[in-house]
Amino acid sequence: MTHSSATNLKESQIKQQAWKRYFTFNTDHKVIGIQYLVTTFIFFLIAGILSMILRGELITPPSDLVDRSLYNGLFTLHGTVMIFLWIIPSLVGLANYLIPLMIGAKDMAFPKLNAIAFWLIPIGGILLLSSFLLPSGSAQAGWWSYPPVSIQNPTGYPINGQTIWLLSIIVLGISSIMGGVNFLTTILRMRAPGMHFFRMPIFVWTVLSAQLLQLFCLPALTGAAIMLLFDLSFGTNFFNPTSGGDPVLYQHLFWFYSHPAVYVMVLPAFGVFSEVIPAFTRNPLFGYKSVAVASFGISLVSIFVWVHHMFASGTPSWMRILFMFSTMLVAIPTGVKVFAWTATVWRSKLHLDTPMLFALGGVVMFIIGGITGVMLGAVAFDLHVNNTYFVVGHFHYVVYNTITMALFAAIYFWFPKMTGRMYHEGWGKIHFWLTFIGANLTFFPMLPVGLQGMVRRISSYDPQYAGWNILASLGAFLLGMATLPFMANLVVSCLIGIQAPNNPWYATGLEWATTSPPPTENFETIPTVTLAPYSYGLPQYSTVDTTDEEAIKRHGN
Amino acid sequence: MTNFIDNVLGTPARDTREGKKGNLLFGVTVFLLSESMVFVSFFLTYIILRLSTKQWLPSGVLGPQLSITIIINTIVLLSSSLVIYLAERAIKKYKLVRFRLLWLTTSVMGTYFLVGTFKEWQGLDFGLSTGLVGATFYLFTGFHALHIIVGIFLQMLMLVRSFVRGNYNRGHYGVISVSLFWHFVDGIWIILFSLLYLWQAKH
Ligand code: HEM
Ligand SMILES: [Cu+2]
Repeated sequence: MTHSSATNLKESQIKQQAWKRYFTFNTDHKVIGIQYLVTTFIFFLIAGILSMILRGELITPPSDLVDRSLYNGLFTLHGTVMIFLWIIPSLVGLANYLIPLMIGAKDMAFPKLNAIAFWLIPIGGILLLSSFLLPSGSAQAGWWSYPPVSIQNPTGYPINGQTIWLLSIIVLGISSIMGGVNFLTTILRMRAPGMHFFRMPIFVWTVLSAQLLQLFCLPALTGAAIMLLFDLSFGTNFFNPTSGGDPVLYQHLFWFYSHPAVYVMVLPAFGVFSEVIPAFTRNPLFGYKSVAVASFGISLVSIFVWVHHMFASGTPSWMRILFMFSTMLVAIPTGVKVFAWTATVWRSKLHLDTPMLFALGGVVMFIIGGITGVMLGAVAFDLHVNNTYFVVGHFHYVVYNTITMALFAAIYFWFPKMTGRMYHEGWGKIHFWLTFIGANLTFFPMLPVGLQGMVRRISSYDPQYAGWNILASLGAFLLGMATLPFMANLVVSCLIGIQAPNNPWYATGLEWATTSPPPTENFETIPTVTLAPYSYGLPQYSTVDTTDEEAIKRHGN
Repeated sequence: MTNFIDNVLGTPARDTREGKKGNLLFGVTVFLLSESMVFVSFFLTYIILRLSTKQWLPSGVLGPQLSITIIINTIVLLSSSLVIYLAERAIKKYKLVRFRLLWLTTSVMGTYFLVGTFKEWQGLDFGLSTGLVGATFYLFTGFHALHIIVGIFLQMLMLVRSFVRGNYNRGHYGVISVSLFWHFVDGIWIILFSLLYLWQAKH
């Protein structure tokens, strides 16, 4: 056997193992990142199917498709799965893949902990979904699980859907804390030589800010969940008003986490915009330092605004006013970011490839989400639309139209890096337009119908709202279909897509300086960083490389 | 102290052996800061419920009373922090035998505290569902006891490790982390003790 055939044999073995390692307890952050992304995407599909059943019910005014308690279970699990098993962990997966590459490290600080944190996700998720099979049915108290509803147990089974809900929230919380410890240690202590704080890409800044929030605020939710579990299962009375407990206290603890959680979700999405927009405008990110610092500003302020979810919970007026102002304050650092993206796009030559379409679409829709948020922050307005579809419209503009679109942008943008192959541009664009139209069709009608007073969390409604509801339901089915070209594109491109170069976008991040896909320890030699991020305009990042015909075609230069 | 800060926040670790150890210590510190927020949520719950509810003590129930056993328990637990500190110093000076002795003493003191807690539970005239006093008392002391159990488990792990030849260095950083954890659990007890026993209920 000659030497070369021996290495060939080895290579083919590696290839064979390549797909299998995604099903194992692997400690490579890149494998874990993709495990996260694929697993959470499956949960996204499941939660999406639940939402289509919900929208199917709402296509006609009476409650005819599913009964009340099933409807409650459906929206409870839809919300819980979307937030705790799609948005939050999928961004963690993305960060897992990217952070070590972006800061020039070989792996995360604690690879084994990283793998454990990942495996808790499918465990928690399957646990949660399996509660549909229980004789008592799944949890029905909504994703926020307010007592006293959540501590009632009319079915009498010792283990019911709500118990399972609480257990899986605790499991998922533990996973998130492990992730937080890992990210903080990695970002603060494992940066390559020369990677100063102000040379870190914005995505790294946003993950750092988001994970600080996780570490500081999430334990409050865990504490609340433990107490709620004791109330439900062991006869304690922390939140039981009939025995002296305080249900509003639960709301405080819940929102002390769950408000900042919206920034745990949206900050990395902002990070994605800040990577994609400069790359496709060939402009340095406008006001890099202020965008970086704004990430921290957003985190900090978001800790002091949770009461805006409780304006209608008997909160005293002085507190309402205080929290109204702090809520408005969030708009400032957020505005800095939106301004920076706009200024980056200003007078640039736009390259409207799929990631850029998703990023721009996301930013545009975030403006609607943000404005409706500021409106809700005004006490008088909130008391008017509280518990209506206006709130549902607001947060879906943010969670779906901004964050999910940012995730799609990210997946297309880094797909060549992750797989070593290009995705299909045409199908990507079809996916974008179906999503963009579908999302607006679904969520825009919720704003006017909410203003008119349609209450949320109900399976039947007054016929006067029927028109908007039919539109929203059609939009939801369109959104469901929009994921089909996406999945087909990724699977087919993964198998037979054209070979991707190391840096197909001529982007500046360190992750593009290594091969596609990167080798096991990311870099041949650990790079030394000498440039500011986003130094577009330097010759090595120029798209006008007259020797590379592919690139010229791709960028239309 | 500066040594500790250096260890925790010091220069980026890269891939050296020392750097990885520093990461461990940094990670443990971050974890403990985060974990303390669970306790903060418990403390605030206690204070808020205590101040606002009328049904704190159902009639005929006295609530937890400060007794000599509890004071001894507390003294034992708090002084174990000193013992573990001495153990840590011993291992830094490569005095393995002294380390093992002091380390084991810490675990014994922790176990004494645990047994004391469970004995106290048995003698009380209220249960988990007796008003808010039962809920807060049993859950919070129980959660704290769970941490003591974890601490003792980790101590045993380190003790066994100290017998593995060549494993000495790894034990070293593990020892500092476990000792940090132990100080943390002790600190939490000071607050719990003040809330549960020193802040006496009015009848
Ligand atoms: C940045 C990403 C954001 C996300 C992911 C998000 C998410 C959410 C969610 C999930 C809810 C509904 C909670 C429930 O189920 O009751 C909500 C409500 C609310 N949001 Fe946002 N939001 C975001 C931004 C904002 C901003 C920027 C503001 C204000 C400046 C804001 C203000 C509010 C208010 C006041 C409510 C409470 C409405 C009510 O219940 O009456 N949000 N948001
Ligand atoms: Cu909020």
